[in-house]
Amino acid sequence: MIQIKDLHKSYKMGKNSLHVLKGINFNVEEGELVAIMGSSGSGKSTLLNILGMLDSSDSGEYILDNVPIKDLNETKAARYRNKFLGFVFQSFNLINYKSAAENVALPLYYQKVPRKERQEKALKYLEQVGLKEWAGHLPSELSGGQKQRVAIARALAAEPKVLLADEPTGALDSKTSYEVMDLIQKINDQGNTILIVTHEPDIADMCKRIVHLKDGVIIEDKKIEQVRAEQYV
Amino acid sequence: MFNRDRWKEILEVLSSNVFRTLATSFGVGWGIFILIILLAAGKGLENGIRADFGDIATNTMFMWSRNTTMSYKGLPKGRRFSFKIEDVLAINDNVPNLRFISPRNQLGGFGSGNNVVRGLKTGAFNVYGDYPEIIRQEPMTITSGRFVNHNDIQDKRKVAVIGVGVRNELYDQGETVLGTYIKIQGVNFMVVGTYQKKDDGGGEEGQKEIYVPFTAFSQAFNMGNDVGWMAITAHDGSSISNLKEKIVGVVKEKRKIHPDDKRAVGYFDLYEQFNRVESLFGALRWVAYFVGVLVLLSGIIGVSNIMLIVIKERTKEIGIRRALGEAPWSIKKQILMESIFLTIISGMIGIVFGAAFIYGVNAVLDSVGPVDMFVNPSVSLGVVVSALVILIFSGLLAGFIPAQSAIKIRPIEALRTE
Repeated sequence: MIQIKDLHKSYKMGKNSLHVLKGINFNVEEGELVAIMGSSGSGKSTLLNILGMLDSSDSGEYILDNVPIKDLNETKAARYRNKFLGFVFQSFNLINYKSAAENVALPLYYQKVPRKERQEKALKYLEQVGLKEWAGHLPSELSGGQKQRVAIARALAAEPKVLLADEPTGALDSKTSYEVMDLIQKINDQGNTILIVTHEPDIADMCKRIVHLKDGVIIEDKKIEQVRAEQYV
Repeated sequence: MFNRDRWKEILEVLSSNVFRTLATSFGVGWGIFILIILLAAGKGLENGIRADFGDIATNTMFMWSRNTTMSYKGLPKGRRFSFKIEDVLAINDNVPNLRFISPRNQLGGFGSGNNVVRGLKTGAFNVYGDYPEIIRQEPMTITSGRFVNHNDIQDKRKVAVIGVGVRNELYDQGETVLGTYIKIQGVNFMVVGTYQKKDDGGGEEGQKEIYVPFTAFSQAFNMGNDVGWMAITAHDGSSISNLKEKIVGVVKEKRKIHPDDKRAVGYFDLYEQFNRVESLFGALRWVAYFVGVLVLLSGIIGVSNIMLIVIKERTKEIGIRRALGEAPWSIKKQILMESIFLTIISGMIGIVFGAAFIYGVNAVLDSVGPVDMFVNPSVSLGVVVSALVILIFSGLLAGFIPAQSAIKIRPIEALRTE
């Protein structure tokens, strides 16, 4: 699903240049649930941003679902993001003047899905995250866990190839974190490919594979026995 | 463009801060208001001055003879001469695009004594020997009977058309006018019609005229072939100002006047005068647009400013949308539409208030009676349409910079903004 070869990225800070990613190589197969771990400054967010086409690499190859991702202009990047990727953010990033259902329907709107179909799909995905009754509520009327579940429903709505989650539990208490992880695991069980950036070991243990980043290189890449979140819920 | 979700969003954004939206739209509305008022005031002035011109055919020149000032072909200078009736034919043959050439002879005039008698009543009036076409060059309303016609010219009939002023002086109230006779300098003419001219501010003088057929006039008052003056009107497409040199040239040749003698033929170019006034109107309109658009510009800058602030506030949202896959041009379109929508709505309000204001001014003008040189200030549909075009254009202008800056923000930076 994802192939990355010798990926480099550096940021210019005035005169100094900060080499953040120093040659990353890794592949992700379809249906994997990967945790990308590392302390802050290890380059894990940069990697996720490049995977999410929110940022570009300096050199290296990135192939997503057999499509080489290079020379993107903004319009093309937007189309690829919409088609291939679903995003879940630490701070939920819901649009606060739109209801839960409208938020979920947003990626479909950009795909020019007809209005009625959009609404049906939005409800379907809200149901999947268990928030069908909250469809008409604004984000400000939802709890943190509910917001993240709406965000996950939104990420799923476009039926992306890969789900990218940047610290999805970072702003949640541990009980809600496990609920969200339970949801992510169930989505993964349906065959979706998911990448999670986290620095919490217990969250990483709930994935099927852990990639450890340090100072811009992968120091460890291992498959693990998945801990199911269900038991904590 | 006619997308329900897009419009819903525009309304949501604009109504999220009602006071700010109102304050912004005031600037644009005020600009359009001023523009409309200025144009209406210009139009009022124009209407007032046009009313003074009446429906006189403005593409007209008047020509009369004076003394020569240069000797030519053995003829001395200071010679007195008259146009002849054949000059009219010569002009007609040699100068194209002329609509009417009306020769005219005249009796009476300012300060002269009584020249018309009817029974015991007498009066001093201008008496014109004219061709029927004169009524097209100097419009008047025939209130009874008829005007001079070509049969009158042909048969040299001694008939007369008199103004209401003449009737009032020579006839009693309610007395029959048509078919009666008046004696002009000892010659009887039968009255066949009465006319009334539009009041052009010249007082009663215009109503105290008598029109008789040119040929009858020449015969009755021993004019021979002489023509006192001519009123010449060109076709609408060609201006008399361009033709006058040629006309005067033809006459000079026929009357054996030195071609360089500038003072022998006197003329008055009504069209030139009219054009001078016309160009004044043009300048007024231009000033109105200039000032109006400048005032509008400050409103537009206000809109642009607010749009920039709105984008700053929505930076994160724009980042989210782009992460979810909204194309940059879609965001740009959204912002441009918001800006155009805001400008047009506020502009419409300005137009409505402007129209109401003009309506009020008209009501006041109606109640206090006519004001000199100012009649019926108004704006035409054309002005409203051009105001709308200006608004759409300014909306685009106001939204352009903010829209550009919105898509310049990279999604990753936008997402980091808290």
